[in-house]
Amino acid sequence: MSVTPFIVLSAILFTIGAVGVLTRRNAIVVFMCVELMLNASNLALITFAKANGNLDGQIAAFFVMVVAAAEVVVGLAIIMTIFRTRRSASVDDASLLKY
Amino acid sequence: MTLPWLTILLLLPILGSVVVALLPARLGGPLPKLVGLGFSVLTLVLAIGIAVAYQPGTGLQFAEEVTWIDLFGAHYALGLDGIGLTLVLLTVILTPIVMLASWEDGETGRWGAKGLFAWMLALEGLSIGVFAATDVFLFYVFFEATLIPVYFMVAGYGGPRRVQAAVKFLLYSLAGGLVMLASVIGLYVVSADSEGGPTYLVSELAQLDIGTAAGRWMFVGFFIAFAIKAPMFPVHTWLPDTTEQATPGTSVLLVSVLDKIGTFGMIRFCLEIFPEASRWATPVVIVLAVFSILYGALMAIGSQNISRLIAYTSVSHFGFIVLGIFVMNSQGLAGANLYMFNHGLSTAALFLVTGYLISRRGSARIEDFGGVEKVAPVLAGLMLVAGLSSLALPGLSPFVSELLVMVGAFVYSPWVAAFAVLGIVLAAIYVLWLYQRTMTGPVHEGVAGMRDLGLREIGALAPLVALIVALGFYPQPLLDVINPAVDHTMSQVEKSDPRPTVTEGEAQE
Amino acid sequence: MISTAIDVLAAEGGHSIPLVEPTSAGSLALPLVLVIALPAVGAAILLLGGRRTDAWGHLLGTAAVVGSFVCSLWLFLGLLGRGEEERQLGLDLWTWFATGRWEVKLGLLYDPLSALFLLLITGVGALIHVYSIGYMEHDVRRRRFFGYLNLFVAAMLVLVLSSDYVGVFLGWEGVGLASYLLIGFWQHKPSAAAASKKAFVINRVGDIGLSLGVGLMLVTFGTTSFDEVSALTSGASAGVMTAIGLLLLLAACGKSAQFPLQSWLLDAMEGPTPVSALIHAATMVTAGVYLIVRSQFVFEYSDTARLAVAVIGTITLLMGAWIGCAKDDIKKTLAGSTMSQIGYMVLASGLGVAGYAFAIFHLLTHGAFKANMFLGAGSVMHGTDDDVDMRHYGALQKAMPVTFLTFAMGYLAIIGFPGFSGFWSKDKIIETALAESPVLGVCALLGAGVTGFYMTRLMLMTFFGPKRWEPGVHPHESPKVMTFPLVALAALSVLGGLLLLNDWIVTFLAPVTGEAEEHHLPVPPILISALVVLVVALGVALAFVLFGRREVPREAPTEVSFLTRAGRNELYGNEVNDTLVVGPGKQLTAGLATFDRAVVDGGAMGTAASIGGLSQALRRAQNGFVRSYALSLLAGAALVLLALVVVNLA
Repeated sequence: MSVTPFIVLSAILFTIGAVGVLTRRNAIVVFMCVELMLNASNLALITFAKANGNLDGQIAAFFVMVVAAAEVVVGLAIIMTIFRTRRSASVDDASLLKY
Repeated sequence: MTLPWLTILLLLPILGSVVVALLPARLGGPLPKLVGLGFSVLTLVLAIGIAVAYQPGTGLQFAEEVTWIDLFGAHYALGLDGIGLTLVLLTVILTPIVMLASWEDGETGRWGAKGLFAWMLALEGLSIGVFAATDVFLFYVFFEATLIPVYFMVAGYGGPRRVQAAVKFLLYSLAGGLVMLASVIGLYVVSADSEGGPTYLVSELAQLDIGTAAGRWMFVGFFIAFAIKAPMFPVHTWLPDTTEQATPGTSVLLVSVLDKIGTFGMIRFCLEIFPEASRWATPVVIVLAVFSILYGALMAIGSQNISRLIAYTSVSHFGFIVLGIFVMNSQGLAGANLYMFNHGLSTAALFLVTGYLISRRGSARIEDFGGVEKVAPVLAGLMLVAGLSSLALPGLSPFVSELLVMVGAFVYSPWVAAFAVLGIVLAAIYVLWLYQRTMTGPVHEGVAGMRDLGLREIGALAPLVALIVALGFYPQPLLDVINPAVDHTMSQVEKSDPRPTVTEGEAQE
Repeated sequence: MISTAIDVLAAEGGHSIPLVEPTSAGSLALPLVLVIALPAVGAAILLLGGRRTDAWGHLLGTAAVVGSFVCSLWLFLGLLGRGEEERQLGLDLWTWFATGRWEVKLGLLYDPLSALFLLLITGVGALIHVYSIGYMEHDVRRRRFFGYLNLFVAAMLVLVLSSDYVGVFLGWEGVGLASYLLIGFWQHKPSAAAASKKAFVINRVGDIGLSLGVGLMLVTFGTTSFDEVSALTSGASAGVMTAIGLLLLLAACGKSAQFPLQSWLLDAMEGPTPVSALIHAATMVTAGVYLIVRSQFVFEYSDTARLAVAVIGTITLLMGAWIGCAKDDIKKTLAGSTMSQIGYMVLASGLGVAGYAFAIFHLLTHGAFKANMFLGAGSVMHGTDDDVDMRHYGALQKAMPVTFLTFAMGYLAIIGFPGFSGFWSKDKIIETALAESPVLGVCALLGAGVTGFYMTRLMLMTFFGPKRWEPGVHPHESPKVMTFPLVALAALSVLGGLLLLNDWIVTFLAPVTGEAEEHHLPVPPILISALVVLVVALGVALAFVLFGRREVPREAPTEVSFLTRAGRNELYGNEVNDTLVVGPGKQLTAGLATFDRAVVDGGAMGTAASIGGLSQALRRAQNGFVRSYALSLLAGAALVLLALVVVNLA
């Protein structure tokens, strides 16, 4: 089995996610792009686990999924709170925490 | 079983500080101040007892030693030699006097009089620790710990720019302390490599064979910290800024007690642990010291603010002390030690009496005064006595120490003495010109109707003046204590007094 | 051992240099302590007692000094009762300080030199105390005045009784302090306050000499007490002795207002007149002469130092006389005269063993007649509402007969009228100077003529001629309490010459100053005396022509010769000080203040400020935009990745 297609796919997904995080303003979209990046790395982890024939990568992938789930819970809660108070889901508007 | 007297002496004021701080606010009134004064007087009595029991001679007395951190070789080790004893005495004498003189200064401060007195007691205890510590690590801890009470005393009480002044003081001191920390760590490294394993005891470090280069680097680290503390040119500028803002009482404790840690440290640590490096650095240090003498005096002459003026006179006086230490002969060293004590008394008197003056007028600018002698003769008289002691008039205690330092400088090199001696002329100018501008001439409209000193205020100054006069004519008890310590220091730096060039044998020919 | 050294010297044709070898004071210890203790305790009571002592303070102060005078007499008689070998009494009180090899004892030394000083200080001092009771009667701070006077007497006695140079320093600065307090006694006057500070500061310049001298003695001899130093000086090199001598001379110049430290004395006349009489004429300003004579065991080993002393004395005696000729202020004229007369004493002490005794002799006679004249001037001022301008006097001999007569005695004494005390003492100095050095001798002779001129001018302007009084001033004689001291001092001015009877004072002082060989004069002494009298007479006659025959204008003429203008301006001593020291000093302090603020503190504050500025700039990166944080995150990650790749490939 060739590793290359999987890694290329992972890299493409990761890049799409990264570009999304940098360019989109909507917090939900940014959030989903972060998820996309996480899953891209999951894909890479699993690919290498399969290629190396051990479970380390798969365990790491599980960790990432757990962290991602926790992140979704906290993140979405924050986004909802911000939206409720400011009537906006744009990440650029939430810029009070600065110098 | 003998009691650990020094630990008791050190803890007594700290205990007092806690008690004063914890007194319930509803008791109010003068009670916290009375309790604070009581603790400081108790400390004074105990210290006098220790001084009476002290046997003039070599070696440490009342020594205590408990291993503290085995891994570093740090000990909780206290002990007194002649130098430490005189400075401990200075600390415990000045604290109750300062409390009495600052009776009303604390009320308007941030934490009230209660806070001020508590910080004063804490400072007293920590200062005793500094002067009694015989372990470098313990000394370092006390050295840095003294900054805490002073920071709060400056930041909480005093002039409008007191917070900036406190921060400046703290940063200068911390910077010095940081450089010193590097040297302290260096001492650990050197001693850990030696046969005896790591140790911070001064007595053991003094016997240690420290390499030339390492010794010089560590010496520089210690010296910078002490020079900032002392303060010497060019790291003195924190002092006038601080005294300008602080209350007179704080200034007294800062200049008369805390700054002595610098010169004390030079003798105890620079000279005794790094004798080779000290001899190596002597020319540079002496030039700096003489420069400090003249620079401080000239700056004092040019000062327009009474508090800054006194701060600059101290820069000049500390120049004399450092000069006496580094000429490394018995006149210079004994003079420097005595000078520390006498400068403490005379500067305290000067700060307190001008403090009375400034608080009455509400201004420290010299041009706001004039003719005070006419309205407040007792105040003027005491200011003149304090000023004369600052210019080392014979018959007042600073004269003996200044003459000893001057003669010690002459023994080292006539040229050094010739420059240092200009300081006595400049001293006459800054003191008498200050007196002329504030006390004499027609009465300035701002001082008309000024109250003369009250009983409490005179009572705070009287013991100082009495001591200054008594020690002016009979300083020998202090010198008896100091001389053996000086001999010890000189043997440590491997120096001895040069013989006079003409002795009895030659005169016959 | 030491006596052999002297024998060697004596055998070589030199004279023996006496050593200080005190014997026990024995029964005289009590008066020796009391003589200082009485005025010291008096001063303490008066200055610490406050207003409670106002009522009787002046009496206590006077009583203390009179008691001190009685002790001095007691000591003097005791000394005379001893054999010549035992006339040096020592009394060690306690060890002042000791460290290393150096031990300084607070000890007293009573010998013929101190004995004469004691009589002068306490005698003239007591008379001036009595006088001050009247003079200061209306001053509300009279009690304090007497406290300061007592302090002065005590300090002056310490100065002349100490047996150690450091002890002398104690008295030296003590009298300086008393002088400071008394010059500035009326300190509500800015001029008085400034004058007192100036006196103290210039004296401090002189103290440089004493401080360094003590240092050099310690390095050379390991001791500073008179007896030990005197025993060792014969072994030191001439260079060292010259250095010590010059340093002591610097100290003497400060205290005795000698060139170039003379400028404070005229300003010191701001003090009350009794102060000028006691401190700035009779006693304190002569301390420099005392120091030089006392240190004869130093100066005898350095011809250079002695020559310097004599030259300084000569310069000052001419300067003082010059200033005295031009001043219209009666006290400043007398002050110039004091400078000049002390110049004579310093000149005499610079002549070595031949002159020491005459220096002291002139010091004693001058102490009497100059105090007399100052008190007389005070009496005149008392009668003319404190006017000091001689141009406002005139014809006072009728209004103040006692003052006039006593003043005249002083006048005749100072110009050296034959038979009066000043004649004997000044004549001896000029004679010795001519014998030792013709140039200095001729200068001294010239000075005597000028003395005759300016003193006659003073007499004529004050007591003779028409009235030039200020409107509303009615001169009157002073009360008895003031005229009694005048009469006593006038008697001393007349009779002071008796001390020279049978060369008594020379023989009496010989144990201290050494015995001079006969000097060989080309002409008999009587001719020299005649010459001196002739020169003085010329000066007097000139003054008579200029001031006795002509109307004295009430306003000082402005169109005057350069000589007068220079004299009025005190020979520009203040201008020289201002240009050379005060001006540059002020610029230096101003420059240093800027330097301290801008460079020293600026350096520290600048470091702090630049760190602060850097943080300000870096803070901007924290802009609150999540996406820009994400970009920097990405850039950082890319950078790390790149670094890894580079490291792995390299």
